[in-house]
Amino acid sequence: MILKEIWKFLRVRKKLWLLPIILVMVMLGGLLVLVQGSAVAPFIYTLF
Amino acid sequence: MRILGVSAFYHDSAAALVDRGEIVAAAQEERFSRKKHDSAFPEHAIEFCLDHAGIALKDVDYVVFYDKPFLKFERLLETYLAFTPKGFNSFRMAMPIWLKEKLFQKTLLTKEFQKFEPEFNWENRLLFSEHHLSHAASAFYPSPFEEALVLTMDGVGEWTTTSAAVGKGHDLRVHREIFFPHSLGLLYSAVTYYIGFKVNSGEYKVMGLAPYGNPVYKDLMIEKLMDLKPDGSFRLDMQYFNYCTGLTMTNERFSKLFGRPVRGREDDLLDQFHMDMAASVQAVTEEIVSRLVKGLIRQTGLQNLCLAGGVALNCVANGKLLREGVVENLWVQPAAGDAGGALGAALLAYHYYKQQPRQVNSNRLDGMKGSYLGPEYAQDEVERRLKACGAVFEVCEDEDALVEAGSSALANEQVVGWCQGGMEFGPRALGNRSILGDPRSESMQKVMNLKIKYRESFRPFAPSVLREDVTRYFAMDVDSPYMLLVDTVRPEICREMTGEEAALFGIDKLNVNRSELPAITHVDYTARVQTVHQETNPLYHKLIKRFKDKTDCSVVINTSFNVRGEPPVCSPEDAFKCFMGTEMDALFVGRCAMYKDAQDPALKIDYKSAFELD
Repeated sequence: MILKEIWKFLRVRKKLWLLPIILVMVMLGGLLVLVQGSAVAPFIYTLF
Repeated sequence: MRILGVSAFYHDSAAALVDRGEIVAAAQEERFSRKKHDSAFPEHAIEFCLDHAGIALKDVDYVVFYDKPFLKFERLLETYLAFTPKGFNSFRMAMPIWLKEKLFQKTLLTKEFQKFEPEFNWENRLLFSEHHLSHAASAFYPSPFEEALVLTMDGVGEWTTTSAAVGKGHDLRVHREIFFPHSLGLLYSAVTYYIGFKVNSGEYKVMGLAPYGNPVYKDLMIEKLMDLKPDGSFRLDMQYFNYCTGLTMTNERFSKLFGRPVRGREDDLLDQFHMDMAASVQAVTEEIVSRLVKGLIRQTGLQNLCLAGGVALNCVANGKLLREGVVENLWVQPAAGDAGGALGAALLAYHYYKQQPRQVNSNRLDGMKGSYLGPEYAQDEVERRLKACGAVFEVCEDEDALVEAGSSALANEQVVGWCQGGMEFGPRALGNRSILGDPRSESMQKVMNLKIKYRESFRPFAPSVLREDVTRYFAMDVDSPYMLLVDTVRPEICREMTGEEAALFGIDKLNVNRSELPAITHVDYTARVQTVHQETNPLYHKLIKRFKDKTDCSVVINTSFNVRGEPPVCSPEDAFKCFMGTEMDALFVGRCAMYKDAQDPALKIDYKSAFELD
C-alpha cells in the first residue's frame, strides 16, 4: 500500500529521479532503525 | 456538510469542526492532556468537538489532515541530498521516526479514527491539505473581508515557509511562495536559540525582550545573514545556520559574526547583548513583513490583509503594519500557529475543495465567535466538579452578583482567576480562562510574574480594555479582540522617565513606573491590547464595566490561566489546582466564588515544579 502511494506521489510530483535515492536512504534508514530500535528523537524544528 | 479538521504529530495538535461553513467547535489537545504543545493524535479534542455538536464521527462527511506528510519527506530527503554528507547526524535522528511512524500517517490516522468509528474508510473520507494552504484558509475564510490579501509565514510546512495568496468569496489562490530553507520563522527561531530560549516556544520571549535592547545588529543581520529584496522576498545565507543538517539552529560562524557563543539556558544571565540581539531580529522581522505587505499591495491593490502562521503571532510587527499605515484593514487568525491549521484544513475542504459559498458578516464581525470555541461547563457541573476537588465555594445568586464579587476583588488589588464560558482556541487567553489583576497597581507585574506565573520578571502583561474606551488609553482605534496588536499607550497617561531612569539598562528599566497603568505598559510605552466586545463576550465586558464603575479604569490585566510551562486551564478542576498551587487570591468558575483563605490548606500543592519550564 505505502509503496503504491509513494510511486503515485513521485509520478504526480514528477520526481521519479528521487526513487533510487529513496531506496538507498530507506535501506540506510532501515539499518539505523534496526541498530537503534528506538524512534525517539529530540525535537529539532526541521526534522519533522 | 460537516467537516472535521485535524492537526497532529508535529506540535500543537488540535481538532476543529465546521458545519456548513460555520465553525462549531475547536480545541487544542494540550488543554485536555495537560502537556504543553502536545503533538499526539488529538483524540480528546476530537471527542469534545463531536460531543459539542451532539454527533458521532459517522455523521462527519470529511476528515481533513492539515498537511501532507509525503511532501515533507520529500523536502527532508532533498535537503539531506543537497548537503550530503554533512547531515548524517540529523539523518540518523530523523529516519527512524519517519520510517517507523511518519511515513505511515494515513494508516495511523485511519487506525485512530477507527477507535471512534470501526468502519471508518479513509479512501472516501480522509483528505490532506497543504500546510500553508491550511494556514491561509484559517486566515481568510473566517475573516470579515469579502476579498483580501492573505499572507502566511512560519518556520516551515512541507516546502513553503512564506506564502502570499488572494482570497475572494470562496476562492483562495496562492500567488507567491518562499521555500525552505529560506524562512523568516526559522530566522527568528535561530536567534531564539542563540539567546538561549527554547525553539518553538521561546519566540514570544524574544519579542518581549526586544524593547529592552537596541537593534544595533539589524544592519549586520540584513547584510550578512540574508539577501533581502525591496519587495520583501529573501534568501538566507545558509553558511550561518545549522538547521538543515545539524541538531542546532545556528553554527560557529553565526556565533563568530555576533561575537558571542550561544547562551546556555541555565547558567548565563541575560544581558544587554541578548536584548540587543532580540531587538535586532525583531526589527528585521518587522522590516521583512512590512516590505512583503507593501509589495503585495502594490501588485494587487488590495487593502485588506489576513495573516496566519506562527510569525503572525508577532503582535509587535502586526501593530506596526496598522500604525505605520502599511495596510488599511488587518485581520489575524487568533490560532495563527499550527493548531489553527486544523480549522483552516476544514474550512478549505468546505469552501475550496467542495466549492461551497462563503457568507461574510455584513456587520464586520468575523466568523470566529470571539474564538471561544472550546469546552464550557454548566453551573451544576461546575459545582459537582469543584465539590469533588474539596473546594470551598459560595454560589453567586446571579450574573450581577458574580460580576460584583469579581470586580470588588480586582478593585482590592487581588489576583483573580476567571474561568467562564467556552475555552479560547489559540494561545491567547481572552477573558474566559484568564488570570486578572488591577493594572494601576505598581507592584502587580512583579507579583503576577514571580508569585503566580513563576516566570521571568521582564515579561509584560497585556491589558483587556472595553472596546468603547480603547482610545482613552491607547493610540489605536481598531478592534483587537484577539490580543494580536501592539500599540502605544497614550502620552497623556504616560510618565516621562527622568534622565537617570532613561539611562538604566535592560531589565532595571522595568522597575520604573512609566504610566498610570504601570503593569501593562512595556518599557517602550507599548501594550499588547485586547479590546473586549459586548457582542462576543458579554460577561467579561460586564466585569470590566463594573470594575470601571468602581475605579474609573476600564482596563484589567489579562494573562493566561496557567503557570510557566503549563497549558492554560480547561476544566474547573484544572482551574482549582492552579489556584491552590499559586498565590492567586480569588477564583471564579461559573457562578462559584472561591477565596484562598477559606480553602483547606492541606489542598495546597507544589505546583511550581509540576511543569517543565519552557
